Amino acid sequence: MTLADYRGTKEGREEAVRHPPAAHAPGERAHPGPVEYIKIGAALFIVTMIEVAVYYIDALDDVLVPILLALSALKFSLVVMWFMHLRFDNRMFSTMFVGGLILAGAVFVVVLATFGAGLV
Amino acid sequence: MQHAPTADAALETSTGLDNRKLLMWLFLASECLFFGSLIAAYLLYRNQSIGAPCPSDCVIDGVTHEGLFDIPFTSVSAFVLLMSSVSMVLALAAIQRADQRGMRVWLATTALLGMLFISGQAFEFTEFHREGLSLSSNLFGTTFFVLTGFHGAHVTVGVLILLSLLVMAFRGRLNQAQSLHVELAGLYWHFVDVVWIVIFTLVYLIQP
Repeated sequence: MTLADYRGTKEGREEAVRHPPAAHAPGERAHPGPVEYIKIGAALFIVTMIEVAVYYIDALDDVLVPILLALSALKFSLVVMWFMHLRFDNRMFSTMFVGGLILAGAVFVVVLATFGAGLV
Repeated sequence: MQHAPTADAALETSTGLDNRKLLMWLFLASECLFFGSLIAAYLLYRNQSIGAPCPSDCVIDGVTHEGLFDIPFTSVSAFVLLMSSVSMVLALAAIQRADQRGMRVWLATTALLGMLFISGQAFEFTEFHREGLSLSSNLFGTTFFVLTGFHGAHVTVGVLILLSLLVMAFRGRLNQAQSLHVELAGLYWHFVDVVWIVIFTLVYLIQP
């Protein structure tokens, strides 16, 4: 019998009542509620609109790349921290993901630098 | 909001964390390398094509070619995928408070938005192909189609996962105790979204 099967049995359900599981895994905080998620969604929408607007403003051509990169990083962070709950979950998840990101960033920079290419 | 008291949390592991969630994060970390390499290859080769078409307006052999990218259209696609992330996280919030109806509605909304995004990508690919861009037409075409094609394939897999969850929910096999299934699907979906955030900026908005 697998653990999942056991949980489905009468004994398994009674055991869960006698020894309820912890509300949070170690090192975790409560996730936000729907209202906060909608606020983050609205923020993402606004940042996307700003990105597109900035793209069409000729006066900002000289600083277009840093502005777009900053806005993109902001959107990335909002989704990863709130929607993927890295802000609230155990830090081991963050360590694993950021480790992958750093490795990917290093490969990215090395490839572009080796062949003399850039973002523009 | 409190986490749902899942039976999964009763699992005892050496880290105290659910191994399935740990594995999902490890998978997503490896995906960062996968997409990072594809984006680097695109940026490396997009300006080295010796023939049209080009991503933005370009001059080849003295002839000016109009750029292919349609920024307003892609902005709408990016917006659709972003909003699907909102509906995905609302589906998770719903199942964590045992709101079955809410979960089904938000899961279905996410799947529909995902399908809308894929439809947009199919339309874009068709338009580009009509303009003469293919996998083998030039270096821009090769790297662009490989990068965005792999992303589209990830979105497609995500939609299939969402539809599977929806079927499970309608059969009564997805309740509060199994909220981890929705959470894992959500992690995958949000990752696909953040990859598009990067692609939208580096590939579409930042032009040579």
